[in-house]
Amino acid sequence: MIDDILNFLDPYWWLIIGVVKAVIIAVGLLSTVPLLVWLERRLMGRFQVRLGPNRVGPLGLGQAVADVVKLLFKENIVQSSADKFLFYLAPAIVGFTAIVTFSAIPFGEPFEVGGQSIGLWGANLNIGLLFIFAISSMGIYGIVIAGFSSNNKYSLMGGLRSSAQMISYELTLGLAALSVVIMSGSLNLYEIVKDQSGSILSMNLVSQPLAFVLFFIAGVAETNRAPFDLPEAEQELVAGFFTEYSGMKFAMFFMGEYINMITMSALITILFLGGWHSYIGLDIPILVFAFKVFLLLCVFIWLRSTFPRIRYDRLMTFGWKFLLPLSLLNMLGYSAYKVLFAG
Amino acid sequence: MIQAVIKGTYNLLVGMGVTFKNMLSKPVTFQYPEHKRVMPDRYRGRHFLNRDEDGLEKCIGCSLCSINCPVNCIHVVSAENDPNNPVSKGERYAEVYEINLLRCIYCGYCEEACPVDAVVLREHYELADYDRKTYIATKEDLLVYPEPNVFSVNFLGNTKIVNKK
Repeated sequence: MIDDILNFLDPYWWLIIGVVKAVIIAVGLLSTVPLLVWLERRLMGRFQVRLGPNRVGPLGLGQAVADVVKLLFKENIVQSSADKFLFYLAPAIVGFTAIVTFSAIPFGEPFEVGGQSIGLWGANLNIGLLFIFAISSMGIYGIVIAGFSSNNKYSLMGGLRSSAQMISYELTLGLAALSVVIMSGSLNLYEIVKDQSGSILSMNLVSQPLAFVLFFIAGVAETNRAPFDLPEAEQELVAGFFTEYSGMKFAMFFMGEYINMITMSALITILFLGGWHSYIGLDIPILVFAFKVFLLLCVFIWLRSTFPRIRYDRLMTFGWKFLLPLSLLNMLGYSAYKVLFAG
Repeated sequence: MIQAVIKGTYNLLVGMGVTFKNMLSKPVTFQYPEHKRVMPDRYRGRHFLNRDEDGLEKCIGCSLCSINCPVNCIHVVSAENDPNNPVSKGERYAEVYEINLLRCIYCGYCEEACPVDAVVLREHYELADYDRKTYIATKEDLLVYPEPNVFSVNFLGNTKIVNKK
């Protein structure tokens, strides 16, 4: 009997492993978000010479649980002027794309269990980078639809700003990543990380510092984080595209933003900081990877607590007239180097 | 152009340095219910009525505070002192002395108007309560004279500790 079941299952282990990995990634990501919110509030507090939430539980960690519980029990308000279908669709798109984007991110070497090779990734695609860019740009649809279906001036403004901003900065993001792709010769994120193994000097950060800076700036803009958080802009647009959202639907946007932040940090780690290679002998791939991502998240928070929001026209000028030519030049320079010297 | 870029980048880094330094510095937060601020000497918090060195009430029931009050929150009814068993040093004393703390704007004019330094505003700032009636401070509420910064005389009655930080 049991043999029969095992025989039946034998060709399908990849499927079972895939499902388990998908669950682990989705649940892990969703449960990281409250912790990240807690981290942001605590760290922002320290950056602003105050304490941050420290009342609920030890170190205020209960705040993460309290926030989630509060959002789950909040009333779900849909104003009568909203387009119901699109209004419900928008947060789903944002949450879905955010989680799916992360699925293509590798965070360690594969290992063997019972004859089955288990890779520490959701899916090791040979077009991983392209897939991530494609899916993460689909998240814009969620934001634009949210702004449009809310039937609210602020929301519409937020949605429009968001689409303009993300389209502008995606070019820089792609071009900066392209120079890395050209140098390592693969779109596969696992290959890109393997390309950076060895000494600390083989990190892409060392060989392509300009691409790193450009990618980081564009990444901050891409995730709608301060100082590029114009779509939300509390002071001018109330909350931008999710002004009308409440309860768990609001939380979906919130989660989407924070998961995008994690994905962007992971992507920067993979492309420029050598992924799970520690370079200093400490060889626990997942921990090294998580530590690098954590540091980048702290930098994201640091940026938010330091810089005021950039003005809209300056955002566009900065994106189109400064970052884009610079990233083009950078990309052309590295491709010329690749063709002329590295063969 | 390049100069502007370098200068701008430098300025951004300076800004990030400032926030980083802030992160390492000690937070300025007072952990309120556990630690209470010592208020400045001239802080105008809740009212109290003084007693003199013999333990008699200083208030002579002249109603100058009531007249001077811009929002009319003080109600004084004076009565003649019994010479054998005086309540205050003067001819009269305040039989009723009520302050509506919800109406009061804590301007301190009553304190200034008082000819005998009877009514004073002190450092007690914990004035929150659930019941509007408790905000009518009568003579019994006002005649206690706590030590400076000992917050044992408030409406909620839950605060005893005072700390600088």
